[in-house]
Amino acid sequence: MKVLLVDDEVELVSAMAERLGFRGVEADWTDNGASALEMAEKTDYDVAVLDMKMPKISGLELQEKLAEKHPGMRFIFLSGHGSEKDFKAGCAAGCEYLIKPIQLEDLLEKLNQAVC
Amino acid sequence: MIKPTFWDTDSSLGPGKSLFNYRRIWRFAIALLTVVALIPLLVMATIDYNVTRSSLESENLLRTARTTSNTRRTVASFLKERTKALDFLAEHEGIANLRDCDNLASILASLKSSFGGFVDIGIINNQGSQIAYIGPYDLLGRDYRDQAWFENTMTQGTYVSNVFLGFRDEPHLVVARKVYDAKADEAYILRATLDTAQFNAMLASLDLPGGGDAFLVDVDGLIQTPSKFHGKLLQKVDVDIPGYSEKTSVQQTRGGDGTEYTVGYAYVRGTPFVVLVVKHTEELMKPLRTIRMELLWILATSVALILLVIVGVATYMVNKIYIADQTRARTLHRMEHTNRMASIGRLAAGVAHEINNPLAIINEKAGLISDLFHFKQEYAQDERLQKNIQSIIDSVARCGRITKRLLSFARHIDVEMDSIKFKELADEVIDFLRKEAEYRSITLDMNIPEDLPEFISDRGKLQQIFLNLVNNAFQAMSDGGTLSISAAKAAKDSLVFTVADDGCGIPETDLKRIFDPFFSTKKKTGGTGLGLSITYGLVQELGGTMSVESEVGRGTKFTITMPLAGPDKA
Repeated sequence: MKVLLVDDEVELVSAMAERLGFRGVEADWTDNGASALEMAEKTDYDVAVLDMKMPKISGLELQEKLAEKHPGMRFIFLSGHGSEKDFKAGCAAGCEYLIKPIQLEDLLEKLNQAVC
Repeated sequence: MIKPTFWDTDSSLGPGKSLFNYRRIWRFAIALLTVVALIPLLVMATIDYNVTRSSLESENLLRTARTTSNTRRTVASFLKERTKALDFLAEHEGIANLRDCDNLASILASLKSSFGGFVDIGIINNQGSQIAYIGPYDLLGRDYRDQAWFENTMTQGTYVSNVFLGFRDEPHLVVARKVYDAKADEAYILRATLDTAQFNAMLASLDLPGGGDAFLVDVDGLIQTPSKFHGKLLQKVDVDIPGYSEKTSVQQTRGGDGTEYTVGYAYVRGTPFVVLVVKHTEELMKPLRTIRMELLWILATSVALILLVIVGVATYMVNKIYIADQTRARTLHRMEHTNRMASIGRLAAGVAHEINNPLAIINEKAGLISDLFHFKQEYAQDERLQKNIQSIIDSVARCGRITKRLLSFARHIDVEMDSIKFKELADEVIDFLRKEAEYRSITLDMNIPEDLPEFISDRGKLQQIFLNLVNNAFQAMSDGGTLSISAAKAAKDSLVFTVADDGCGIPETDLKRIFDPFFSTKKKTGGTGLGLSITYGLVQELGGTMSVESEVGRGTKFTITMPLAGPDKA
């Protein structure tokens, strides 16, 4: 399973990627939408974990762009902002949603569910 | 004296606080109402008094003139009757008959009984000697040739003398006629003496109110009939006599002792007499005094009543204004507080997001450390471990900063004067909003020099002012805009800060109203219309000024000028 982590907090995504690596999940990370799109071109990711709020391009916009180019990709959203309403308004059904801070085990479970 | 509640308010309470000066309003209202109410009243009273006085005066003059003129007519007709009687005698009897003493005696008797007033009668020839006489005195043969009246009668044909005492030592007057005898072709004078009793009775019978006096004087001013107040018989009268006039005239003159008199004059034609009707002006004007007193009473009562009402109404009104003002101030204060609470609520929501990010890092780093221990045993002396722990510590510190800022914002501070570096303050405020700006791709253009002088102000209020302005700007801007914040030291010991956006702008019609409480263009989407009015109030409280420039489609620029010295201790 290949996972792409996108979050503007470098410290957060880097640690998260390493921890997923310990658990046998191949995870790449980046801190902005533009490079995420580039990386998705090169590598075929099963799941993308996106932060909702990022500078320049928001998680929802990024998800739309990625989904357009990679129809098979699944998405999990992370947010520090507890507004589920915003998320529901922007995201079609089938998206997962986790509120920071997250338990890695929860993320793993969502990842496994998404891939199945 | 009951003191109204507004009396002791201090209008200079708080810097820039626009409380009314109630006492001044009160005084102004009273002065204005008094002037408006009393001036017409006083003018009316004066006019009324003057009209009454002049009408009374003219009535007095008219009445005096009438009395004088009537008296003149009576006197004139009295004298005319008697001279005509002499005419009749001369025509009817002829000089020859009259010279007969017995006949003359019977004529005198019939004159006395029919006309009255005749004392004697005589005939004087053209040589001036008395040729016939009937009366109580022995005047037969007297020579009148050298006397003025004889000459006058001979030339003018008729003569009426002054009152004089003569040989008899009794006041009397003489009427004389020139008679021409055709038979003898000689002129004679028919002369009769009249006593003044009838005359006097005639004048005394006049009913003159208020110290009035009617009498005759001759052209030289000698009193001819008894006067009650103005001198003795045949003495000079104490009022001036005007020159001869056909008409009756009335004059106001001053007597020798300074008393004002209203005097009617009438020259009796063909006689040396002048009718004088003298009245005390003061007595005549007595009704005026009563009218004046009444007028004064009414005036005084009205003025007192008007003043009482004016003071009462002014006090009541100003008190109402005061109470309304107090209520308004309280309401605004409550609104301000509510608005502050709403800002804090918005902030808290933002902070939750802000804190969750560092917390997530802490979480991941701590998890990573535990993973490292769990999956690899050789990390006892690892540098990465140190770095991860440092990362945890940094994130905790970040959380601490955010919560501290939130606390400093939420603290309800009334007035807390503090030395402020504007750059620090602006950074603090912007830090709250930096994330939102990033998400919306808004460029923040901060142009605040480091070396701005510090100034004394209320940190909390200043923070709120800037947060409100920046929030407003964000709402007006579309994503990707630019917000410029700049500060500079202006002249006259003040600092100028500007917050300029390139958002939608404010139409000119709304521009004058944006600082009004409850003016909002976003009422439907939950705007209270209080943000800018409260911001404006806060700026004023801090002793600053605030202005706005805006152009639709180009953006809006708010300029705040703060005194460097800070407001005086409130």
